[in-house]
Parts: sequence; C-alpha cells; structure tokens
Amino acid sequence: MTDILASADHAPLYPMRREPQCPFAPAATVREMTRENPVGKVRIWDGSTPWFITRHADQRALLNDPRLSIDEKRPGYPHMTRSRAASAPHHPPLITNTDPPEHTRLRRTVNAPFMVKRVEALRPRIQEVLDTLIDEMLAGPKPADLVQAIGLPVPTVVITEILGAPYEDRLLFQTASHALLSHDSTPEQARDAGQKLFGYLSNLFDAKTAEPSDDVVSEMAARVVAGDMSREEALAMASAILIAGHETSASMISLGTLALLRNPDQLDLLRERGDDPKFVANAVEELLRYLTIVHTGIRRIASDDIELHGTVIKAGDGVIFELAGANYDAEEFAEPDKLDLTRPARQHHAFGYGAHQCLGQSLARVELQVVYSTLYRRIPTLALAVPFEEVPFAMEGVAYGLKALPVTW
Amino acid sequence: MRVEFDEPKCVAAGQCVMAAPDVFDQRDDDGVAIVLNDTPDAALHDQVREAAAVCPAAAIRLVEQ
Repeated sequence: MTDILASADHAPLYPMRREPQCPFAPAATVREMTRENPVGKVRIWDGSTPWFITRHADQRALLNDPRLSIDEKRPGYPHMTRSRAASAPHHPPLITNTDPPEHTRLRRTVNAPFMVKRVEALRPRIQEVLDTLIDEMLAGPKPADLVQAIGLPVPTVVITEILGAPYEDRLLFQTASHALLSHDSTPEQARDAGQKLFGYLSNLFDAKTAEPSDDVVSEMAARVVAGDMSREEALAMASAILIAGHETSASMISLGTLALLRNPDQLDLLRERGDDPKFVANAVEELLRYLTIVHTGIRRIASDDIELHGTVIKAGDGVIFELAGANYDAEEFAEPDKLDLTRPARQHHAFGYGAHQCLGQSLARVELQVVYSTLYRRIPTLALAVPFEEVPFAMEGVAYGLKALPVTW
Repeated sequence: MRVEFDEPKCVAAGQCVMAAPDVFDQRDDDGVAIVLNDTPDAALHDQVREAAAVCPAAAIRLVEQ
C-alpha cells in the first residue's frame, strides 16, 4: 500500500514533452519506465493516477485481456481531456467505447470498406491522385509546403471519394475538416466546423439513402434501412472515418518525409528499392514504428483485478498504454532509435493492438506505400528549405504531426 | 501444420490477408477472415506463422504437427 501511494505521489505528468533534439522518439521518462518500472503510474489532467504500461510484451498480453474494458462511461475511466470526459456520457455505443460482444457487432457493420481487397482496388486511383498533386507542386513556386501540397490533400481526396462526397463539394468538405483538425483553430472554430461537417454528412446521408451509389455512405444508408445500425451510429461513424482518415495519414506523410530527409542513407535505399513492393511494405511498417504518431496513449479501465509483474491492478483502476513505449522497447526492437527500413517491423503497435486495432489500417498502408515509393523517386532532389530546428511540429493533438514542411528541389 | 480460426474473435483488421494471402481472405459483407486452406504447404508456413503473430485479436491458432 505504502509503495503504491509513494509511486502515485511521484507519478510524472502525462502526456510528456519529448526532448527537442529527438522529436521522433518518446519522452525520456517513458523509456526509463519501460526499462525500470513496467507497471508504473502517471498523473493526468484531472489529477488521477492511472497505471502506465509501456512494454511491448505487456501490451500484447493486456490489450487482448477481457478484464480490461474500453467503456468510457465507467467511473474512473482515464479520459484523454476534460471535454472528452464531459461528452462521454452522451456518446452512443460506438466501436471506440464498447467491448465484445457488442463491439464485435458494431465493428462488423463498418469493416467492409476497409478490407484489404477493397483498399487494394483503390491503389491505382491513389497513385493518380498523388501524381497529379506532385505535378502541381513541381509546376508551382519554390519552396513549397509539403503538408499543404501533398500530406493533407492525398488522404483528403481519398477519404472524400471513399465516403462518396460529390466532387464539387470537395472544397467545402476540405475547409471544414481542416478547421476541425488544425491545431491553430480556437475551440469555437473547431466546434463550428464540426457542426458544419456533421450537417454536411447528414445531408449527404439523406441523398445517398434516396439515391445510393457505390460508396461507404450509401452502404451505411442501406444498413440503416435494413435495421443493422441506427442513423445516429452511421453519422457518428462517417465523421469518425473522415477525421481519423485525415490527420493520421497526413501526419505520416509529412513526418515520414522529414524523418527520411534526416536519414539520407535510408532515403537512398527507399529510392533504389522503391519498385519492390515487399521492401516498400516493410519500410512503411518501420516508419509507422519509428514515428508512432498516436502519442496520448490508448486508455482502458480494469473490470477485474489483474496481476502484472507482482503488482495488482485493481478493478476500477484506469490503465494507459503508451504505444511509442512498446515501439521503442529494446527487448522487441533492437536499437529502436535507428530508422532501419530493412528490420522486421510488422509487430509494432502504431495502430494499437487487440480488438480495437485501427479500422483504417489497410487503407493507411496503401496510401503510405504509394506515397513513399513515388514521391522521392519523382523528386530526387527534394530537400528541406529551412533548418531542421525550424520545422514547426504540432504536438498538441491525439497524434503529433507537422504544422508545415517547407521543402525545395 | 493445421490452422485453427476462432471466428467470433475476428475484428477484420485484415493483417492475416496481408501476411498470407494464399491462406486467408475476407468475407465480402463484413470483412471477417476466411481460411482458404487449413493445412497449407510447408512453403507457406512462415507466412502463416506471421499471420498468426500479427492478428490483433489472437484469433488464429496453429497446431504444428
């Protein structure tokens, strides 16, 4: 008991700031806890001290353990922010707040568009979108901002087409979602953008119910008509798909480019072997591991007592899994600070682990494979237009990214 | 090697299909995995082991004979 109180007293604040000289790696405290304190505690925004699990093997065991729940309505759940804690009681059942078997039912209503063969079929279209964006960037002024020219528009166009938004609405769609995601928006701007987007999706949903076509919103509309899901669930899922599909892929494209420019030997290797799909696929996995952009932890609450390394996590305790901790765990990945596109990296936790692992992971993989295998071969002289220290990082969100990436060629 | 698949656990992440496309596929309506061949040839065993290892729901069990 004394030990637990003492460790809670000294619990470091979470999320933690990274060291400015190595912005891709998790904070030093995370790595120290991985080595020395595998069942530690951190203090979060509300003063509570959830358990903090950073080892790869522990995350693999616990994220499939039915004694841990994702039900955000349980008292003691370690919420990400004050506003999420306030809104949690009002959320409908979603794949992000239900446990099996309800989770299994909900997830099976939204899996189809993201399965491997469906996203593989999009590969030629993603290639075409990227090639056009590269042509446009090359025809424009130097330096250019790679976030605005490539990073953000690739996933925006792709997710817009998957959802089935008409081409002429794209600008409205992009502006609202950008305002919603931008780290520079005020809370009011973000809320207004959120309402605009929800209203837009609502109209789109009604139009697709009346006149279905081959896209995800039409598919969801059909499931609502068939009674497999509610309209509320469908709209919440459509917004979630849009939001999750934007920020994360955009960050991976921009940060991946920055990381490769900082590791020219790996960039050369990627250029040389960019026509080998197996090599490219593994390079994507390694960049996912190395960057681990989701940096606010995935969160659960214990529904039963769980013993881990001699410590008991009590029923009702909050638990946070720091994904970058696992991806920089030297027991699983030797020399984790090294970006090595040839290492076996498939076991990373960048998409999480367990039943809630990322829904859009196959789509993300195809997008990143197309971008990483094309961009640096088409622009072999691509270079930073500012010193590395001046590249503005966006560390405030659920996933970290770049506010801008000034490049020249 | 025999492939045992615990369907109710499957969350359709699709990782098995990417690792071993000759042994796993996904059902069209909900993405749930399908085992195409539950006694794969030795040449495929490494792929199948990887598929089992990357399954986030631990829904694939291999009985090595």
